[in-house]
Amino acid sequence: MIERALTGSKRYWGWIGTLVALSAIGSLTYLVQQFSGTEITGLSRDVSWGLFIANYTFFVGVAASAVMVVLPYYVHDYEAFGRIAVFGEFLAVAAIAIAGLFIFVDVGQPLRSFNLLLYPTPGSPLFWNTIILPVYMALNILIAWGALGAESKSVPPPGWIKPLIYISIPWAISIHTVTAFVYAGLPGRAFWNTAILAPRFLVSAFASGPALLIVMCIMIRRLTGFDPGKKALGQLGVIVAYSMILNLFFIVLEFFSSFYSSIPSHTHSLKYLFFGLEGHGMLVPWIWTSVALAVVGTVLLVVPGVRRNDTMLAAACILVFISLWIDKGLCLVVAGFIPSPMATITEYAPSLFEVIIAIGVWAMGFLILSILYKIAVSVKEEVMT
Amino acid sequence: MRDINRREFLKIAGAASIVGLLGGWEAVELLAPGELEAKYLAKPEALTARRWAMVVDMKKMDEAIAKRCIEVCHYVHNVPDIGDPKREIKWIWLESFEHAFPHRNHEHVAERLKEKRFLVFCNHCNNPPCVRVCPTKATWKRDDGIVMMDQHRCIGCRYCMAACPFGARSFNWGDPRLFIKKGYPGYPTREKGVVEKCNFCAERLAKGLMPSCVEASKGALVFGDLAETTSEVRGILKSHYTIRRKLSLGTEPSVFYMV
Amino acid sequence: MADESNRAINALKETGFFKPKKMFDGGKVTLGIIVLLVLVAFPFLYNKGKAAKVPDPKTDTPEIQGLPERERVCVEPKEYMRENHMKLLNEWRDWVVRKASRDYIGFTRKKYTMSLQNTCLGCHSNYDNFCNECHKYAGIEPYCWRCHVNKPKEWAAGKLREES
Repeated sequence: MIERALTGSKRYWGWIGTLVALSAIGSLTYLVQQFSGTEITGLSRDVSWGLFIANYTFFVGVAASAVMVVLPYYVHDYEAFGRIAVFGEFLAVAAIAIAGLFIFVDVGQPLRSFNLLLYPTPGSPLFWNTIILPVYMALNILIAWGALGAESKSVPPPGWIKPLIYISIPWAISIHTVTAFVYAGLPGRAFWNTAILAPRFLVSAFASGPALLIVMCIMIRRLTGFDPGKKALGQLGVIVAYSMILNLFFIVLEFFSSFYSSIPSHTHSLKYLFFGLEGHGMLVPWIWTSVALAVVGTVLLVVPGVRRNDTMLAAACILVFISLWIDKGLCLVVAGFIPSPMATITEYAPSLFEVIIAIGVWAMGFLILSILYKIAVSVKEEVMT
Repeated sequence: MRDINRREFLKIAGAASIVGLLGGWEAVELLAPGELEAKYLAKPEALTARRWAMVVDMKKMDEAIAKRCIEVCHYVHNVPDIGDPKREIKWIWLESFEHAFPHRNHEHVAERLKEKRFLVFCNHCNNPPCVRVCPTKATWKRDDGIVMMDQHRCIGCRYCMAACPFGARSFNWGDPRLFIKKGYPGYPTREKGVVEKCNFCAERLAKGLMPSCVEASKGALVFGDLAETTSEVRGILKSHYTIRRKLSLGTEPSVFYMV
Repeated sequence: MADESNRAINALKETGFFKPKKMFDGGKVTLGIIVLLVLVAFPFLYNKGKAAKVPDPKTDTPEIQGLPERERVCVEPKEYMRENHMKLLNEWRDWVVRKASRDYIGFTRKKYTMSLQNTCLGCHSNYDNFCNECHKYAGIEPYCWRCHVNKPKEWAAGKLREES
């Protein structure tokens, strides 16, 4: 089926070419960083994780959201999602690729990555991440490829797909729970050491992933001969709306337990993020923008009329996606390091090199996504006619 | 005999090869001449303990002694002097009371505590979160209580730095050799991309020597076995009031401050 | 018999077997073949056909010369060390770092401290003429030396601040 990705319009090849160029620029910048003796990121002794790890966290969430399409369709026979199940699963594959690449470019000794498998440490959430993320990617690739292949030949999907699907559902929840465990079990970081971190992660994942999927599907409807279906997108929009409401509610809960108890270690990071602390407030405009976008996006999505209109649905989803990226892909990770263990404040802003490398990683992920989606769309276009 | 088709043949051949390779390899391992005599020994003069601990006597400690301790430690371990506070590497350094003990700080702290700066370094906790989170066991707790680093195995993920509640760990953001003015020939440097921290001078203990900071401290630092009831460290703890950093987090630090 | 082969050839001729045909993508294939030939020939052209110098690791350092003749042996026999020094160093590392043991009984029953920088380089202090001889020949650049100081005396004297 991969030959379907090798034929396409000029626009398709232009898009692929752009992504390849951005990936190449990102890769070269990464190599410069590896071979230079000095550090070119904005990271510091106090804020030792930044843009890369934050994006890894965010995109594991996007990957986990495939369950929001798989569960209703395969377990509860929600027919409308049948048209887009493959697109949700392919999105999970690309998102895991992005997450894995972000870890790779962040780690100080990437050539020693094999140590993660040579010296397994079951007590470490990061070790578990190295196992469960590739397995999840493999599950989704097998399920989607199998289903798509069967569809292209107009036969029912092969029998081995069913058990893989049933495994992938709890697996999706577990990958993002383990990602949350990376943060939630650290005694010195009170901002992350909260039981609601995993629920927050899951709920924002179930908002951001489907939001991205909706935008992708609307683009597919506009640019190709395949229509994912109004009902499917509308229902996905409902899922994003409910997830966003829960996410905003959880933020309110965080505020309550921190500020009502007034325990300094619980309040300091929230204060830094939302109001600034001791004259430092680099992230304040970012977090309030995220809140504003979240509220506007959620209100829009709650209105049924918006979900029926392509442009408005896409706009609302983009607002939600950007809001959650700022919240999870930037603020959450950085604010956990501020104040430092010595109760001092060292701020963080990604350097230009980090941004270029991040764009390169996103480009590689979208390259994978575009190729997979091209294959899926071409199969569906053929079958539907 | 039943006819065998090509597919079946390939399957059987593949399985047989795997079994043969694994079995042959195992046989070589099992039958290879073993090491009957011990080739690897601890040095007879090595200092051993069940839980190494340090007492910092703040009455004897002053700024000059503390600076000497830092200088000596960073010299014998080839710790670079980077200057930029964002990327500096420090195994041992000075902090004011409010920064060394933020959980004990308040507006009416005794003057004598506000006057002096405290020598801080890795606490070699008994319940170390950094060890729990390391995905490759590049940092682990030894039998003598030292939380050790294996720079060969570290992949530079910096999870341990996120986990340490005391900020004891530093990362080599760039090549450290560019910033080492006086090189010590008896110890390696580190390279870009690995984490490092105080190691309670494990390499000196193995040769029967006290940690460098302890030797330079003129008695202000007392190092000994916390598990040994008759040790000097235990004696001091019995008769003097001491505090530890962030005790409520449950990491069980092994560094005590006599205030 | 010549008659038969003539008939066979004529039959083939009629099918157009001997007519010159066009090669599909002929230009790209020829270009590819040329590129391949250049790539394959490159290593030979780069070295101008000369053979690399045979490695000749020297063991005549002042530290070794200072030992009596009988004691000029390594921790293990030369042949073993040549093949297995990396394996030995890995084992040494695990014993020193992880099992807190620093003494090693060599094959002559002599005790050594397990240390690349202090024991090995203590005798083999000529990194450029010893370790690097074979490593350069084999095209290996082991990264041991990014941490372990390969010239301790120059390091202490303030030289050797090279970038890794």
